[in-house]
Amino acid sequence: MTKIKAENIKKTFKIRTNGNSRNNGNSSNELLALGGVNLAINKGEFISIVGPSGCGKSTFLDLVGGLSKPNEGNIYIDGKPVEGPGLDRGIVFQQYALFPWRTALENVEFGLESQNIPKNERRGTAQKYLTLVGLNSFEDRYPYELSGGMKQRVAIARALAFDPDILLMDEPFGALDAQTREILQRELLHIWEETHKTILFITHSIDEAVFLSDKVAIMTARPGVIKKMEDIPIARNDRFEDDIRSSQDFVKSRYKLWELLKEEVVRAQQISGNAVSNFSKWETAK
Amino acid sequence: MGSANIVKQLKLLPQKVFAIILFLLIWEIAPRTGLVDPVFLPPASVVFSALYDLVITGVLFKHTSISLQRAFGGFAIAALTAIPLGFIVGWFKTFEKYMDPLLQTMRQLPILALFPVFILFFGIGEVSKLAIIALACFWSIFLNTVSGVLNVDPLLIKSARSMGIPHTGMFRKVVLPAAAPAIFTGLRYAGTVSLIVLVAAEMIGANAGLGFFVINSEAKFAIPDMYAAIVALTILGVVINYLLIGVERSVSKWKEEIVRS
Repeated sequence: MTKIKAENIKKTFKIRTNGNSRNNGNSSNELLALGGVNLAINKGEFISIVGPSGCGKSTFLDLVGGLSKPNEGNIYIDGKPVEGPGLDRGIVFQQYALFPWRTALENVEFGLESQNIPKNERRGTAQKYLTLVGLNSFEDRYPYELSGGMKQRVAIARALAFDPDILLMDEPFGALDAQTREILQRELLHIWEETHKTILFITHSIDEAVFLSDKVAIMTARPGVIKKMEDIPIARNDRFEDDIRSSQDFVKSRYKLWELLKEEVVRAQQISGNAVSNFSKWETAK
Repeated sequence: MGSANIVKQLKLLPQKVFAIILFLLIWEIAPRTGLVDPVFLPPASVVFSALYDLVITGVLFKHTSISLQRAFGGFAIAALTAIPLGFIVGWFKTFEKYMDPLLQTMRQLPILALFPVFILFFGIGEVSKLAIIALACFWSIFLNTVSGVLNVDPLLIKSARSMGIPHTGMFRKVVLPAAAPAIFTGLRYAGTVSLIVLVAAEMIGANAGLGFFVINSEAKFAIPDMYAAIVALTILGVVINYLLIGVERSVSKWKEEIVRS
């Protein structure tokens, strides 16, 4: 059953014109970020979108989240067009986006407050989800008292607390150190098994995408479209084995995806014009 | 807050009072040894005994309460107008862009230069003094509110929107708490400003209040009384500042680094 469907999504951005843009003869000051994205995600699936930086993958996630509107095309959730944000989708951002004046527990409660749930029940639900992410003893801490990994756990608990069908994750582990990242990836898989959410996950790490997803969509350089959708032939249970990353299926998938992605990365570098900085970012991400 | 904290505070006590005691000692010795003219600067002990007399006779209380009413009144008027206006200007960014040059210019206007204008409009009574204090306090509260609202992390707004909160909720649950520390910085500064402008206004046109008492004592050549009132004003300033810092801390306890002053 199709949970999320994107049909020919196009999105343009207005670029701020600075002094010398008149000279390069380019009268258009619109940037086509997404050039017709088509994607269908089934209920309960874990799909990752991988693409070079600046390809519009985060833009796409915002559109699914209802935080902005496409210029063309439609996004459907359960067959109904998306018209704005809603509690059927929970978003986890790379920079955590926790409210610094709220404790961990109060942060998790945030999404529950706009539904008319009594305070006690709200508290109980929030505690349950903090426990799920292993932070039950940190409920009274303010975000500045938590490490990056803990902050992201709070953010995940917050997105889960109002029990959305869909979890939208925008490079959620991108700002974390390598060890924390791997731990959280495993935890996310556990959470996914427990909660049966449909997850759309944005990353620039192929390794992460292969480890987590049922399917990985490769996005082209700007204007972004889905270049190819690859199935990852690894059973969910096998993913918790220690040497999974060196298993043949894993290595094969990673290689195949990297082949698909490579030329997009090169193209993205040409587009953005600052190849050096992007390349170094890619070297570390890969 | 525990007994350990109190012990820590006690250990810091010598460090905290050292400079003040040294200052008072010099103040006591310099006039007595003839280093400065004791008529123009009486020794600290003389000034403090004058202060004691003013407290006992109730004179100080009378002038202080009048001054406090003015300072607090002006401060309150400023806060009640500056915070809502600051939210409006900060929230509507285009409006802010148009307003900013005017606001930045107005801010540089030396407020006390306007006092004659206020007297012209409102007479020499309470209204002109309240108005000038309010105007002086207004700027720091207003501009801090504007920048507090302007600097709300857009990601927090995005995150709140994704959790489906309505516009009113956005204001109450995101913009207001995010801007609160900046607003309190403005309020604290305004507290200091209110005393400065109060004293000046009372010196120019008043027949009561601490500012009036300072200048009037000087005119009557009651020099110890003059210094006593200055000391009282200083103590008042310190108390007000500590009160505002206390409030500021309690609303910004979620901040990693608390502003110290």
